[in-house]
Amino acid sequence: MSQVLFVMSRSPGTINAQEGFDALLMGSAFAQCSVLFLGDGLYQLLKEQNPEPIGSKNYTKGFSALTDYGVTGVYCSESQLREIGIDSREFSIDVQQLADADINRLLTEHDTVLSF
Amino acid sequence: MKFAIVVYGAPYSDQASRSGYLFTRAVLEQGHDVYRVFFYHDGVYTANALAVPPQDEADIQLDWATLGKDHDLDMVVCIASALRRGMLDKAEANRYEKHAANINPQFTISGLGQLIDASLQADKIVTFGV
Repeated sequence: MSQVLFVMSRSPGTINAQEGFDALLMGSAFAQCSVLFLGDGLYQLLKEQNPEPIGSKNYTKGFSALTDYGVTGVYCSESQLREIGIDSREFSIDVQQLADADINRLLTEHDTVLSF
Repeated sequence: MKFAIVVYGAPYSDQASRSGYLFTRAVLEQGHDVYRVFFYHDGVYTANALAVPPQDEADIQLDWATLGKDHDLDMVVCIASALRRGMLDKAEANRYEKHAANINPQFTISGLGQLIDASLQADKIVTFGV
């Protein structure tokens, strides 16, 4: 089975982030999918999200279903997390933090990388 | 080589649509295959048949449609992205009882599965935008 890595690097208020999540769920039906959060995408992982007042859907509630969809690899950048000063205890789901070298390996290990 | 092209950016607002077009054209000119072009996010606006850019500017939507016709390309617009942004073909316009359709018939509306399929079937997937 092909291995597809979804890279999420947009902040949670953007439609690209929401549509990226849709693509991840769809991808999980066809391939072995993993997801890597980088840059502004790290903010998608915060559990205290209330975007409805600004007309945005809180699609991040769906993250808890990722394991049901067979998405077992959920990763983020350890160094970028430290840079923006977020504590992983504020995350809504369990995320494996990777060093930069491990991120490089993750990117090369997968057959396909889709960025959102 | 078999390429899949993905376009995320809207024509004129973003260079992605134009760059994607130029790349796709170059790939075809060099004798490669294009398995599919998938339009996602604001990239779906590329399929707009009603755009009327000034005469001294590139007609990005028309260029894509012409390239697709000339090379019989499978150009797919994501249905969820398209409906959300008011991009409808005749069938969807009828289904949702809207008074007009605006998707160029050179493009087809389909689901995200087409993006995943393209990424698995192609030797290279090249994304424009984001």
